[in-house]
Amino acid sequence: MAEGEISVLVGGRAGEGISSAGQIIAHLLGQAGYRVHMYLDYPSLIKGGHNFAIVRAAPGDVGAIREKVDFILAMNQESVDLHASRLTGRGATIFDTGTAKVPGGIGIPVKEILAAEKAPAVMANSVVIGAFIRAAGIRWELAEAVLKKNFPKGADQNLRVARRGFDASEERMVVQPTGKPALPSMTGNEATGIGLIEGDLEIYIAYPMSPASNILHFLAATAGETRIRVIQPESEIAVILMALGCAYAGTRAAIGTSGGGFCLMTEALGLAGIAELPLVIVIGQRTGPSTGLATYTAQADLHFALNAGQGEFCRLIVAPGDADESRAWSTVAMDLAWKYQLPAIILSDRLVCEGVYSMDPAGVAARKAQPVLADATLHPYDRYTLTESGISPMLFPPAKGEIIKVNSHVHDPDGITTENPIVTKAMADKRMKKGEGLRNEIEGMDPVNVAGDKAAKTALLCWGSTKGICGELGTLMDLRVVQPVVLSPFPEKAFAAAMNGVDRFYAVETNESGQLARLVSQYGYRAAGKILKYDGRPFTVEELEAEIRKVIA
Amino acid sequence: MNPNDLISRAKNLWCPGCGNFSIQHAIKDVVAGMVDGGYPLENIVLVTGIGQHGKTFDFMNLNGFYAIHGRTIPVATGIKLANPDLKVICVAGDGDCYAEGLDHLIFGAKRNVDITVLVYDNRVYGLTTGQFTPTSPYGFRGRSTPEGDREYPFNPLELVLGAGATFIARAYSRQRDSLKRIIREALDHKGFSFVDILQICVTYNNMTEYYNARVYDWDEKDVQDHDAAYRKAREWDYNADARIGLGVMYRRSAPIWEQSYPAPEPLSAGERTAWVKKVMDERA
Repeated sequence: MAEGEISVLVGGRAGEGISSAGQIIAHLLGQAGYRVHMYLDYPSLIKGGHNFAIVRAAPGDVGAIREKVDFILAMNQESVDLHASRLTGRGATIFDTGTAKVPGGIGIPVKEILAAEKAPAVMANSVVIGAFIRAAGIRWELAEAVLKKNFPKGADQNLRVARRGFDASEERMVVQPTGKPALPSMTGNEATGIGLIEGDLEIYIAYPMSPASNILHFLAATAGETRIRVIQPESEIAVILMALGCAYAGTRAAIGTSGGGFCLMTEALGLAGIAELPLVIVIGQRTGPSTGLATYTAQADLHFALNAGQGEFCRLIVAPGDADESRAWSTVAMDLAWKYQLPAIILSDRLVCEGVYSMDPAGVAARKAQPVLADATLHPYDRYTLTESGISPMLFPPAKGEIIKVNSHVHDPDGITTENPIVTKAMADKRMKKGEGLRNEIEGMDPVNVAGDKAAKTALLCWGSTKGICGELGTLMDLRVVQPVVLSPFPEKAFAAAMNGVDRFYAVETNESGQLARLVSQYGYRAAGKILKYDGRPFTVEELEAEIRKVIA
Repeated sequence: MNPNDLISRAKNLWCPGCGNFSIQHAIKDVVAGMVDGGYPLENIVLVTGIGQHGKTFDFMNLNGFYAIHGRTIPVATGIKLANPDLKVICVAGDGDCYAEGLDHLIFGAKRNVDITVLVYDNRVYGLTTGQFTPTSPYGFRGRSTPEGDREYPFNPLELVLGAGATFIARAYSRQRDSLKRIIREALDHKGFSFVDILQICVTYNNMTEYYNARVYDWDEKDVQDHDAAYRKAREWDYNADARIGLGVMYRRSAPIWEQSYPAPEPLSAGERTAWVKKVMDERA
């Protein structure tokens, strides 16, 4: 366990507020100037079952968890039994004396404290968090502000029970403030929602599906303030077609789902391709195939996203690796979808979707791409006018004196169906040209990140949620880390520059076959090896470090 | 306006004698009449599915969205969310709307989206050359059921009545005047209007003589009476021999779904920046 960092595990039964307890701890450590990351592990059920959250905080960037933790906040005996082996010995187990027993731990009489304050059982978390604050040597005054902000209701009562927990606890390991400014922290899903809004989102349409549902919830909860509309239709098929109806009429829509819902959307994805309708889709990948592990992670839908839909059409695919990238690239996806009139996919995964990350509040995307709109004075309007760039200026109904037709068939410039071979080819070429334009624009947008030892000849290749852990280990082990954020159209030039001087590289992915390794092999890059994890869980730092040492030895 | 100006440059590709011609011309006459009455032509949008009905998109000089099989209603719903001032007409087929996209029909009715759904119900797949559809009679001998299909049809009128549609009618492609009147009333209705149009497929399912012998006009005096509508819907089950009523079967007034989601004035750039800052501050 590195000096200056701290890891905290909160465990309990589903429905006990483990996620919010974890987030409060993340905010507490954030206020002390730490950068934080939280991983939430929960089964697919509403009440009961074991949930836990691991919060890791460090003075520098952090985007992964360790196997070991300094503190366990145990709401029940099961949490102690399952996780006691993780303890570093620097901190302690904080437990409810009414439900668990831990020699050497810090026992808190939760039930008695709640009774003394006439507080409901749901406030048990607050007692334990109060005890943690003391045990971690955090000043009560610092904690008080965070608690006030985080308790939506019953703030005073929550504060009183937390204070009693604090008083009943004892200091074990002092978390020194880093002196750095506190950064906000939030989930990738929330950051995606913010990024979409910063990309002029007007309407969000989704059918609930883990792990993307929290985008729906976040945008619905804030819709009054952000003045967008949020709609939940009858199926993912209806979702995507409503969004395409919006696009036809000039309203910027985005939709969100996971792999199963995206399966249902694929027919209409091709419709967006041929009808040239702007569309933004967030896919939160989870363990498959089929229902798979509903609440666990995977990066196994890359080739599905790349190839979904019959026929050939260009699509943008971006894979953000944390909350900052989720925010910025969601905005970019909106803008590029509307400039090039094609589907844009934000290919996230469960760890990024529901993981909490520290954010740079100023990390707003540069916005250069603008939609190309028709000159209303030119008549007659043709929706699919052939142009040098392949982009046909858009016009939205109603437009007096004009007919605006979009079509799922091969069509003439005015949108009427044709089977003419010359037009068929010309329209395919037109759509292809848009793809080339998009590729060129992407090349100038830093589509490939390089981290770790940027001059090293040995590299880790990663994407999405493996960004954080590879970046950390790259720095520790003097390895270059290459992370393409844009996966379609593939930024060949930027990737070549990132790989310049690399003589061997290893793909680090959470899937069974090494899907990014397969993609880059199409461009002549052959991985020396693949480090793959496909049990639904994230790599831990210790685990991946050992795997890397094995392959590069 | 000259109604013929609504006919596009595209070469018509329906079989001679196809019932789709009369529906297309009825739409043309109704739209021309609306335009003459001051309705802006550019506000009308046709959304079509895939099937012989879908070619209406090509054959008419109207704004349009030629969608995929079965999916007219969600597209139309999206268009109405984007711009509730547009008049959106779904032109759908019986295979399209009752098989592939049935869920959307039920939800369109449930929500009372302000759109008009015209189903060209020829009770056979024409484009794919003659298979049974959800409204084909029991025992229909098609290319996929040479021994006769083994499902009873469902009754679309009963179905949409149960789903909450606020305007339900049945028309017949060989009765041009009542077809036009019904389409006009459907377009004038505020809310989800549904018209099942018995349409003649001369090639695969020519029901002309059967329909001619059985159709009659409904008395529309009790058009707001739900029980009366139910009795009318049940009179003919699309299978057993019975009289076939035509006209408006049911009509009621109800809140329009998309009006409960009015488009708010978007945040200005400054307001949005301030909102993001507020969220970031809350999360720090």
